[in-house]
Amino acid sequence: MDRTEMTNVLAVRDLKVTFTTPDGDVQAVKGVSFDVKKGETLAIVGESGSGKSQTMMGIMGLLASNGRVEGSAFYGATDLAHAGLKELNEVRGSKITMIFQEPMTSLDPLYTIGKQIAEPLRYHRGMGKRQARERVLELLNLVGIPDPNRRIDSYPHELSGGQRQRVMIAMALANRPKLLIADEPTTALDVTVQAQILELLGRLKTEHGMSMLFITHDLGIVRKFADRVCVMTKGKIVETGPVEEIFERPQHDYTKKLLGSEPRGEPPAIDAEKPVIMQGDDIRVWFPIKSGFLRKTVDHVKAVDGIDLTLRAGQTLGVVGESGSGKTTLGLALARLISSKGRISFIGHDIDGFSYREMRPFRDRLQVVFQDPFGSLSPRMSVGEIIAEGLKVHERALSADERDARVCWALDEVGLDPQTRWRYPHEFSGGQRQRIAIARAMVLKPRFVMLDEPTSALDMTVQAQVVDLLRDLQKKHDLAYLFISHDLRVVKALANEIIVMRAGKVVEKGPAAEVFAAPKADYTTALMAAAFNLEAVEIGGIRQ
Amino acid sequence: MTDTTTTLAPTVEGRSLGQLAMMRFRRNKAAMAGCFALLLICIFSFAGPLVSPHTYDEVFPSYVSIPPSLTPRPDPQTLAEVAESTAKRARLTLESYEIENGVFTAKVTSTRPIDPRSVRYFDRVNEFKNTTVAETSPDQLSMTLTGSVNQQYFLFGTDSNGRDLLVRVMLGGQISIAVGLAASLVSLGIGVVYGATSGYIGGRVDNVMMRFVEIIYSLPFVFLVVVLVVFFGRSIVLIFAVIGAVQWLEMARIVRGQTLSLKRREFVGAAQALGLTDWQIIRRHIIPNTVGPVIVFVTVVVPQVILTESFLSFLGLGVQAPLASWGTLISEGTKNMQSAPWLLIFPAIFFVITLFALNFVGDGLRDALDPKDR
Repeated sequence: MDRTEMTNVLAVRDLKVTFTTPDGDVQAVKGVSFDVKKGETLAIVGESGSGKSQTMMGIMGLLASNGRVEGSAFYGATDLAHAGLKELNEVRGSKITMIFQEPMTSLDPLYTIGKQIAEPLRYHRGMGKRQARERVLELLNLVGIPDPNRRIDSYPHELSGGQRQRVMIAMALANRPKLLIADEPTTALDVTVQAQILELLGRLKTEHGMSMLFITHDLGIVRKFADRVCVMTKGKIVETGPVEEIFERPQHDYTKKLLGSEPRGEPPAIDAEKPVIMQGDDIRVWFPIKSGFLRKTVDHVKAVDGIDLTLRAGQTLGVVGESGSGKTTLGLALARLISSKGRISFIGHDIDGFSYREMRPFRDRLQVVFQDPFGSLSPRMSVGEIIAEGLKVHERALSADERDARVCWALDEVGLDPQTRWRYPHEFSGGQRQRIAIARAMVLKPRFVMLDEPTSALDMTVQAQVVDLLRDLQKKHDLAYLFISHDLRVVKALANEIIVMRAGKVVEKGPAAEVFAAPKADYTTALMAAAFNLEAVEIGGIRQ
Repeated sequence: MTDTTTTLAPTVEGRSLGQLAMMRFRRNKAAMAGCFALLLICIFSFAGPLVSPHTYDEVFPSYVSIPPSLTPRPDPQTLAEVAESTAKRARLTLESYEIENGVFTAKVTSTRPIDPRSVRYFDRVNEFKNTTVAETSPDQLSMTLTGSVNQQYFLFGTDSNGRDLLVRVMLGGQISIAVGLAASLVSLGIGVVYGATSGYIGGRVDNVMMRFVEIIYSLPFVFLVVVLVVFFGRSIVLIFAVIGAVQWLEMARIVRGQTLSLKRREFVGAAQALGLTDWQIIRRHIIPNTVGPVIVFVTVVVPQVILTESFLSFLGLGVQAPLASWGTLISEGTKNMQSAPWLLIFPAIFFVITLFALNFVGDGLRDALDPKDR
């Protein structure tokens, strides 16, 4: 060991992670080396499948049972990659702690949060019950859980996502670790909550003098938050350096590509002359709350509560809001996939009273693209079958050959090789699958497409491509889009009008350019600050 | 992953999930061995009786409850005794008896003239055949008979009625496998459609349909069978139907559970947005995606059905003698366990091998059809 490593908290050398699968060995991490210095934040940035999470799992001995790790990862004199379980347990949970992406699943639903935070304290420090409880209260205060005396006895399901992530952080801090590994700690959270959590992590890091290893796909977070960054792709680190240097002067092609992957381009210009495709007046979706023996309706959850909108051909209406704001429900109601109240008029027909059967003749002109490209394609059908399915319903006169020609046309339209129509969804990457889902909608030549977070599940570089594709298709076919997203950057690139929703109601609406430039409502301001600058703005009522 | 638009190699057919599962299944040695064992047992059961010289209902009075052996019957040492007793039955006296190369020569005498038709007594026992009169003394008081020794193999021994156990095990295999498959298919057909419909439509329809399942579930199975048998009479086809009619309940529940989770998947939402009818969605999107757990469950149902059939036969409601299934053979074997253990051992071995093989195949299928979709 040379001298410089004295200041290293963690020194990883040539780490490889290999998984044995029935279909052969898969090397997820192909030899990575990096150091985490004392007091610094090192970010590992990469897209899904780049091996960034598996690197960390390998270091911490948390690989799935079919995984094995080679190389070394030194914490002090302990090689974590080859340490026995006992040695490993002395380090993890005490010297090195972790927070995971999913605050919903990383807490055990059967124990109160107080007990869960106390666990590492009692295990590693041998604290007594009372002592541990005191420390837990102190920690809950530290991570900003309101009213910790009451919350300490709450179960995880009683807390919101942001609060759970705070609890996870409290648990990780319990033993005053030297290194905190955070694996996409804010990805599952809303932007405003994300900003709060990032602020908290930054503060705690300086207060405790910890080092942090921050694994993320979000370049915005890296830039704001990290000291140094490792860019990882396909199991290898392609570039390492201080954040400013990487962002200003990227060397590797992949880094350049990643940095250039912000959604760009201008939304279509507002044109009030275009024919109205979709109009909604006072749309309401109330879900009844039933209780008692006779299941009487006692109240309603007002998912969408009185929304008016007008959408013209060739225009995009962006619907923005945090999770639970009712934006997807609004989209489903407009597409008549759930029942709603209020008038919905689609190309001159009042469709709000139509049954599923009566809606069928309109379905070809009213299409939907969903968020999850992995869930929205039936896994047992080939791509050709998936795309042709709508044609079988709506254009029965087509012969098999004509149908095939249409499928090829649609695949071509979304930039996929028509030869791929014989393949199955699992053989495609996320972005390609989303293209297939778009092709399925496009093959019917719709007038209106409801896009429900179509880019949220995609990697950044792919996101930009899908945004470009959507814009091109719109221009070509004069499509009306209802674009639902929590990602303001994507909305900015696509929508010319936006609605900001919160708890089923419209907070602000207007031309996108105006709303982005000068938001009127406090909530919109907070949302923008969180999304574009990762700043937590304290305004009344933003969820913890 | 980068999304390079059109760089997929110009391949032809993609591999479907089914093909991938097949590949994974082939690599599973235990499962392939199970498949092979099942194949062998099927060949044994269905092709065996065509080759065997005996039929399943052929009775050999001379060979009642003989143990299994590789040497042919009859045992040459006992033949003299057999000839003696045969002669006595024909009211003749055996003077001399010789055997040479599977051909016997017996000299019989009597106080009265011997009727040449007495040879029939010799043919009647299983040990001798083709007995003819070689020579008759002038006074007809003595006669020389020749004929061949009827050599027969009973590899698995015989049962207490003197029937060849080998052939009966083959027959039992035919019936058990047929009942197992047919009843499983009945339960598969009804259960999958019923469960998928109930789960997909949901709401009140689901409530009514599942309560109906629970009502049938709560009826005693035997009672149901007795009622059906009384109404429709006793036949093998009915047994298939009856067992299938009970087994589908569980299948319907499993498929319903699967459907409930599939219903929330986005591809079903996408299908609704395309305007597919309920039935089209059930048929094209729901049922194909339940196939993994369903196939695995079928491999559990088949042995269960075989056991149920043997239980019914035990009650006298199932397969009736001289037909046999493995179930009836085993229950018969247990009765004679101490005196003739082979009656239990042979059918049990086949039964156990079949069940093991089915389990291995089921495990293999479960691994191959891993619902993680890779």
